[in-house]
Amino acid sequence: MVPLSYYLLLSGFLFGCGVVGFLIKRNIITIFMSIELMLNGVNLSFVAFAARWHALAGQIFVFFVMVVAAAEAAVGLAIIISVYRTRETLNVDQVNLLKL
Amino acid sequence: MNPMLNLWLIPILPLAGAAINGFFGNRSSRRAVTTIALFFSGAAFAMALWVAARFSSLSLPYQEFLAHWIRSGSFTADFAFYLDQLSLVMLLVVTGVGFLIHIYSVGYMWDDPGYYRFFSYLNLFMFFMLTLVLAGNYLLMFIGWEGVGLASYLLIGFWFTKDSAASAGKKAFIVNRIGDFGFLIALFLLIKHFGSLNFEQVFGGVLPLHTEPAGGLLTAIGILLMVGACGKSAQIPLYVWLPDAMEGPTPVSALIHAATMVTAGVYMVSRSHVIFERAPIALTVVAIIGTLTAFFAATIGITQTDIKKVLAYSTVSQLGYMFMACGVGAFSAGIFHLMTHAFFKGLLFLAAGSVIHAVGGEQDMRKMGGLRTKIPWTFWTMTAATLAISGIPGFSGFFSKDEILWRSYQASWAYWLIGVVTALLTSFYMFRLWFMTFFGEYRGEADAHGHGGHTPQDAHATHGHAGIHESPRVMVIPLVILAFLAVFGGYVGVPGSLGGNNRFDKFLGPVFHGSAPANPETTAMGEKGAPEQETEGPEPKRGISTELMFTGISVLAAFTGFGFAWLLYYKRVDLPQKIAASLGGLYRGVAHKYYIDELYAAVFVRPLINGSTRILWQGVDRNIIDAAVNDAGDDAGRVSDEVRQMQSGNIRSYAGWIAAGSALVIAFMIWMGVR
Amino acid sequence: MSFHLILFLAFGAVCVAGAVNLLAQRHPINSALSLIAVMAALAGEYLLLGAEFVAAVQVIVYAGAIMVLFVFVIMLLNAGVEDETKGSHVAIIFGVPGMLISSVLMAWVVLRHSNTGSVAIGALPGHPTDIAQLLFHDFLLPFEVTSVLILIAIMGAVVLASKPESSAGKAD
Repeated sequence: MVPLSYYLLLSGFLFGCGVVGFLIKRNIITIFMSIELMLNGVNLSFVAFAARWHALAGQIFVFFVMVVAAAEAAVGLAIIISVYRTRETLNVDQVNLLKL
Repeated sequence: MNPMLNLWLIPILPLAGAAINGFFGNRSSRRAVTTIALFFSGAAFAMALWVAARFSSLSLPYQEFLAHWIRSGSFTADFAFYLDQLSLVMLLVVTGVGFLIHIYSVGYMWDDPGYYRFFSYLNLFMFFMLTLVLAGNYLLMFIGWEGVGLASYLLIGFWFTKDSAASAGKKAFIVNRIGDFGFLIALFLLIKHFGSLNFEQVFGGVLPLHTEPAGGLLTAIGILLMVGACGKSAQIPLYVWLPDAMEGPTPVSALIHAATMVTAGVYMVSRSHVIFERAPIALTVVAIIGTLTAFFAATIGITQTDIKKVLAYSTVSQLGYMFMACGVGAFSAGIFHLMTHAFFKGLLFLAAGSVIHAVGGEQDMRKMGGLRTKIPWTFWTMTAATLAISGIPGFSGFFSKDEILWRSYQASWAYWLIGVVTALLTSFYMFRLWFMTFFGEYRGEADAHGHGGHTPQDAHATHGHAGIHESPRVMVIPLVILAFLAVFGGYVGVPGSLGGNNRFDKFLGPVFHGSAPANPETTAMGEKGAPEQETEGPEPKRGISTELMFTGISVLAAFTGFGFAWLLYYKRVDLPQKIAASLGGLYRGVAHKYYIDELYAAVFVRPLINGSTRILWQGVDRNIIDAAVNDAGDDAGRVSDEVRQMQSGNIRSYAGWIAAGSALVIAFMIWMGVR
Repeated sequence: MSFHLILFLAFGAVCVAGAVNLLAQRHPINSALSLIAVMAALAGEYLLLGAEFVAAVQVIVYAGAIMVLFVFVIMLLNAGVEDETKGSHVAIIFGVPGMLISSVLMAWVVLRHSNTGSVAIGALPGHPTDIAQLLFHDFLLPFEVTSVLILIAIMGAVVLASKPESSAGKAD
């Protein structure tokens, strides 16, 4: 019997790591992976709550989150490829034309 | 019940004429403009006559309600008209003399390029003046009051391309405004204490009040109303605009600054007699101002060389007489003089215009002379007017001025004495004008080609008639009609002591009598408004012979003035120069109008302009208001420059902001949840 | 110290280590491998909670497909060690502390209300049959919509990643 709060803490930690990774990393792909980490953390909390409240809908939601993550990863990586082709760099600090 | 007279038509008809001429006159022929102007002002006169004809069948005061205007809480002011004997007299004078002057102006202004504009303004003036006279409440009267000021400004500055004319117009309007300020405060006091500006209600509220021997509300109202009258009717200290107003065309001087607008103050004071009768201090103020002005202006008049300026100061002086009359409680005498003054002063101005027209624009009397034979009609009509104004027995001015002098003596011998001296001066300067203009040798420059003096004051003077010529018929006929009135108009007011029955005073009796304050204490000011059963009728025998004696004295004064004028300007024309030289500085001071204009400029005008420039313009407007707006703009720019840094295009900084922001939101939600 | 707790801590340690390693590594491929480790450990956590289907899908789809895609792209683009560029101060100064603060706050909230109960091992068995029952009955619409979403994503990816020589904007 593990208290639910442990699962939530773990989930929160994973999410926090994802955000921090997004903030401090300079490589676009690594940033993307941080996003995936965030999503995973959220998935964990969904499943934990589903188990706690005996609602299978939580696991269904995880299913959908994964689907959307997959779609997003596909499109996002395609964009990264385009950006690499145009700007010859994977450094996010150099993709800064959208400014005033 | 009174039948509906549709009094509102009387002011509206000239307004229609003003509108039509104003909007379409530019493209219309002179004939059309003339027809419109004369039709509408004539229609107003005809209607006034019609009202007069039906007058005896009305129960007075006749009040007519036209439309709602202001309904604010318990205060109402409507477009309502009021007709009693006093209004009828004013109505007939304004429409009658106004119509005659319209006819005269057709001839006088014929060659002016602004012909249609002149008649539009003139009709507009009639509208406002009639509103003033027929108004049933002080607020509507104030509209007319302001409106005639506006019309005066427009007409004085009619030749607006001339700097002096434009300035004179401004001066008139601004000085008037000072008086209007006093008038407004009086109105506010009336609203506060009587809850209305309606004549019936105000006077009804004032009637039961007692006299205020030592001042009080009614005294304050009276003095403030008098301030307004000083501005409009050119009394001390606000008379300075009237001489400058001579920049306007002569018919304007005749109509506005002699016959009608400047008398609005007298009318207003007479209309408010109920208030004044209960405020002896205010009445004294009125009388003193009137008397002083009469004398003061007369002294200036004897030194002026411009024919119109003489008449201007004469107007100020005669208005002083009217106020003196009101100030001693002889309101009907003041109105009587107002009426005769409209006749003879209007005639004097129109005839002066005729003279100026004849000599091709010259207004300096030193360059006139000997015109008697060349412009006979003008000469004879002007003679009639001069005799009237000087108080020569038999003419209208004699009866009205004499009435005033007699009644003022009953108040205080000081008023009477100053009045008699002023009458002497009046006679002197009028006959001086008469002699200088019509007698002796012609000293001017208008030769056979009809080119007159330089810089013609009136644009019309450049028509190429030959030599000095009489004015056209359209100008002479009003002169004749007014001369007739100047001679015979006074017979409605022949006092009892001279065998008449003073119909005028009796006519105005119901207006002014029966309104005395309830307390029987008659103060030292005599029986102003005290219930006199008689006006000029049966008086104690001592009264009649005393009155005859005083009449004799004033006649003597008139003839003495004539005598001096004959001596100095006909017999020995070298004398005036010598006298002026020997009086030196005194003469110069009087000739320069006692330097009052310069004094006002130094004390009021220049400090105001300086203060306005330095404090209000540079200080407040530029440094505070503009600076506030500009700084606000600059600040917005600067702030946005700072905030703009956020849009760096750097994804990580965006993410950083999002993270920080979401931290705040989460913190807030937790805080809310914990509470 | 139940068996459940020990297993939880074990898998949890792997997750934490992998996450921290993702942040610490400078080469993206190392970060990708750590992420795979995290996902595997998470699959273990799901199993602990009884979500067998979800755990399987996690490994197959997430770790097996998505992360492989990531690795392919890393290799395609020949991503190297990160350069040290001075990026944004804001991110470091405001973002990281902000994130830490909110994490602390959330942790505090979670621990304060720790009376939410406990979860038993294998608490909610997620059999495929039960999941299918829900998926194709109650959640049919989201299911169909997400399939359309995937289709769109495929088309978008193809278009975006296609070589510039082939006509841009035409999905063939």
